[in-house]
Amino acid sequence: MTTPLTSQLTVLIVEDERTIRRFVRSALEREGHRVHEADTLQQGLVEAGTRQPQLVILDLGLPDGNGMDFIRDLRAWSQTPILVLSARVEEDDKVGALDAGADDYLIKPFGVAELLARVRAVLRRHTTPSDGKAAVLSFGDVQVDWAHRQVTRDGQPVHLTPIEFRLLAALVAQPGKVLTHRQLLSEVWGPAYVERGHYLRIFMSQLRQKLEADPARPRHFLTEMGVGYRFVIG
Amino acid sequence: MSVQRPDPDHWLNLIKEEEIRAQRGRLKIFFGASAGVGKTYAMLQAAQRLREQGIDVVVGLVETHGRQETAALLDGLEQLPLKEIPYRDKTLREFDLDGALARRPALILVDELAHSNAPGSRHPKRWQDVRELLDAGIDVFTTINVQHLESLNDVVGGLTGIRVWETVTDRIFDQADEVVLVDLPPDELLQRLKEGKVYLPDQAERAIENFFRKGNLIALRELALRRTADRVDEQMERYQRQAGGPPLSTRDALLVCIGPKPGEDALVRVASRLAGKLDCEWHVLYVETPALQRLPADRRRLILDTLHLAQELGATTATQAADDIAAAIVAYAREHRLGQIVIGRSRPQCWRIFRRALAGLLARMAPELDLLALARDEAPQRPLQQSASARDSVEFTPVLRAYGMTLLICLTTALAATPLLAYLDLANIIMLFLLAVVGVAVRYGRGPAVLAAIVNVVAFDLCFVPPRFSLAVQDWQYLLTFAVMLTVGLVIGQLTARFRYQAYVAGAREQRIRHLYEMARDLSGALAVEQVADISERCTETTFRVKARLLLPDERDHLPPPPVRVGKPKVDSAIAQWSFDHNVPAGLGTDTLPGSSVLYLPLKAPLRMRGVLAVAPERRHWLLIPEQRRLLDTFGALIAIALERVHFVTVARDTLVKIEGERQRNSLLAALSHDLRTPLTGLIGLAETLALDLAAEDSPHQDALAEIREQAVRMALLADNLLDMAKLQTGGIRLRKDWQSLEEVVGSALRLLEQPLRSHPVRLALDPKLPLLYCDGVLMERVMVNLLENATKYTLPGTVIGITATAVADWLQVEVWDEGPGLPAGQEQELFIKFNRGQSESATPGVGLGLAICQAVVEAHGGRIQAANRPGGGASFIMTLPLEKSPAIEADRDEPDVPSSTT
Repeated sequence: MTTPLTSQLTVLIVEDERTIRRFVRSALEREGHRVHEADTLQQGLVEAGTRQPQLVILDLGLPDGNGMDFIRDLRAWSQTPILVLSARVEEDDKVGALDAGADDYLIKPFGVAELLARVRAVLRRHTTPSDGKAAVLSFGDVQVDWAHRQVTRDGQPVHLTPIEFRLLAALVAQPGKVLTHRQLLSEVWGPAYVERGHYLRIFMSQLRQKLEADPARPRHFLTEMGVGYRFVIG
Repeated sequence: MSVQRPDPDHWLNLIKEEEIRAQRGRLKIFFGASAGVGKTYAMLQAAQRLREQGIDVVVGLVETHGRQETAALLDGLEQLPLKEIPYRDKTLREFDLDGALARRPALILVDELAHSNAPGSRHPKRWQDVRELLDAGIDVFTTINVQHLESLNDVVGGLTGIRVWETVTDRIFDQADEVVLVDLPPDELLQRLKEGKVYLPDQAERAIENFFRKGNLIALRELALRRTADRVDEQMERYQRQAGGPPLSTRDALLVCIGPKPGEDALVRVASRLAGKLDCEWHVLYVETPALQRLPADRRRLILDTLHLAQELGATTATQAADDIAAAIVAYAREHRLGQIVIGRSRPQCWRIFRRALAGLLARMAPELDLLALARDEAPQRPLQQSASARDSVEFTPVLRAYGMTLLICLTTALAATPLLAYLDLANIIMLFLLAVVGVAVRYGRGPAVLAAIVNVVAFDLCFVPPRFSLAVQDWQYLLTFAVMLTVGLVIGQLTARFRYQAYVAGAREQRIRHLYEMARDLSGALAVEQVADISERCTETTFRVKARLLLPDERDHLPPPPVRVGKPKVDSAIAQWSFDHNVPAGLGTDTLPGSSVLYLPLKAPLRMRGVLAVAPERRHWLLIPEQRRLLDTFGALIAIALERVHFVTVARDTLVKIEGERQRNSLLAALSHDLRTPLTGLIGLAETLALDLAAEDSPHQDALAEIREQAVRMALLADNLLDMAKLQTGGIRLRKDWQSLEEVVGSALRLLEQPLRSHPVRLALDPKLPLLYCDGVLMERVMVNLLENATKYTLPGTVIGITATAVADWLQVEVWDEGPGLPAGQEQELFIKFNRGQSESATPGVGLGLAICQAVVEAHGGRIQAANRPGGGASFIMTLPLEKSPAIEADRDEPDVPSSTT
């Protein structure tokens, strides 16, 4: 299942723990990527400026500052994808990092396969040309025809309410990426709704009822408990 | 005329009154003109009717006086036993208040409201017992005669010539929920009397004959009817006011000025009736001038008694020390916005000039105030209370000494001046004598100064005016000298004495303020309850010359009896507790157990009761002076606020400590978590990269490496569990509650356990109509993961694991079941204990924290979790979580802008 990435990338790891840097580096180099390391936030920013990496892997708990500041600084001048490494207890940091512009996260401890899968997903999103959005998206037995705003499942038309459709559009626009509750609420309902998590629960449930084979064990619209949702093509 | 809008405060007060009324018991009074009209009979009849309706009626005390028809009505009514109180060599039987409160009937019958209780009872009067019953929420039926109403007492006395001393304040009559007038025409009453059907107390035969004359009975009947009519009238007015009439104007409020004359109590009663009719506020003021300051102690006590009576009748009372009565009255009236001044008008005699002057002065000084001069009734006085006869004999000796010293000083002056006659003019000798008067006035006050002035004139005449050593005078001009000398002496004496008195009053006032200031200052520095107790006891003791003790409640609002200490008052903790519970002063000088030698002052702070201050004065009357009591009340308020402040200081400090502790604990846990996870991440990651290398060279060590990785993963899980448990256990858990759908929680948990669940078919039965659950999603997911993981660990591969969820009323019930071997019988609940596992030392991995975490999380959400064996085999874990009302959601406008079938 591991199709090697087509191109060689420049990856920057910002992580203060030497062991983790070492294994992430060897895992990525095995895939043929070029890896640069930084063990502090300051050095990380300098490296990001000079090396112009195509991916940044960032540990949130750095000795000289908060990883969130790194994301904000980087986002000020670069759209380079960021993969965040975080411990499970730091939910606030995780959500904060995603809201600030990080692309995905990995919970420590994580394995090599997990790491590589995430790296691939992040890169796939960023290498897809933005204007090359396919006119028809297929996942499972569902097909979404953007031009006609029509959704069919098993060839049968599925009726979606406007909000359900907007929610679907927001999710599938970035496959594989975690969208936080805040981001989804703001995009689908508007900025005034960012605190109303129950809207998301209810409409997400409706969407799964309509598009998932088994809504309780979804295959495409996945829940990231406490963080948000992730759409995977499967 | 514009319609006046009702004042909101007025409405709030009405509502508050309503609320208080709703909690209190209802009082029904059977009211009659005299004994024998059938009040008790009517009351019993009413009670019997209610009993038949199934109401819990109890007879607290009913006097049948041996009348059979009345006694027959007692049939079927539960009667409370009477309390026996030993008094001297007799045993008095009294209504048992505590028994009634303990029995708590819906309705209780207590006859003869005006009755005075035996000495040693909690309250001196029965109406006070009734008031406590009402406060406790018990309805009361009672009886009363018109002559026992405090405000009509003197009127009835005047009509019939018989005064009764057992009275009830009008307030309890006016506040009664219902008054039933039991009426009987005088002829029928006289008939009943003849037949011996009327019980008469042990009074002199002649007095009774006087009382039951037809004329008297008619007058009494009229009084009773009129009083009832007044009450109805008042109800009507109250109703109209509630219906939106204008609020009371303060213009009508009365200021009653009393003096030391006898008969002022009648003035107060008249004023009380007047205030009742006008339905207005009324104040009673006593202005104490230097002259009044010198009244004998029993006269002063009479004034205090009158003030006390006024308080009983519902007035606000005040005593002011001032020189100018009229100015003080006007100032008080203006300050308190009282529009009408009431003064007593005596029979024309010695005080006439003064009174007329007062009325005139008031009219001149305050033309805007109405002046009412009421006739003063100087008829029979109430007997002074026994304690009143205790004269202040102690003060007698210093007075004698003062006069003796005055004589001595005059004598010395005369003797000292005699040899000087050769050198000085007579005019200068006079100066020496005047100097002596001034000296005496300054040192000993007014009386001795007057004596000195007279003695000096005589001495001057005797010793210096020719012919010397004789009272005769040669030159008539000396008469003028004497007159001037006497006048000057008297005036100087008066002025000096008045100055001295004012200095004394100012000094006393300043001292009070200083004491108050000192206590406030000391209390503001106190940080612990012990300090407050110490300061308040010390300050109270020095200010009032009393012994004081501060009693503080424990957590359950009990006042524990304080340890006995030398120099502290002996405290009766039962009285203190009563006072604390009812927020009413008790003991010395109050309505409740006035026989006690200690006054118990409840300390009410803005938020709640904070304690009781027990005060034992050396002499009883010290605390009866209104100014002293008011100052003591102020002390009490200050102490209560200080106690409350100290309480909140403690609360704030504890909270701060808790917050700080929580912060430290969280940062410690975060650091621990980081330090545990980082090496494990490295270990797992390196093992996996190594595994890839080994796989490439097909090394025989691959299995060992896989084992290393496996153990590291398990280690990480263990660390997670331990940290979670630590967080939950130390109470540092902050639930991040949001609306979650159970389907998502379950789905997310199933995905996390994808690997272990691969060998188990999962059967889901989630009610599709489940409402959202307000919970911490991450923790709830953890619960599901732990339960499912548990099921995979203890069951054989291939067996079914199921999740069932239903909503029952306000509860969500989630069951996780399996088809495994089940739980050890009888130990189901022990599974939730930390480090406990179903099978001891089995090969199954885990430390037994999983279920303990589940339990902690579910309980933090206000739910419960239970384990059981399923009837058909296998284990079942059922958790019950409270459901809250789901928040509203804006409907999605379902417009067909997403065409369902178009091309």
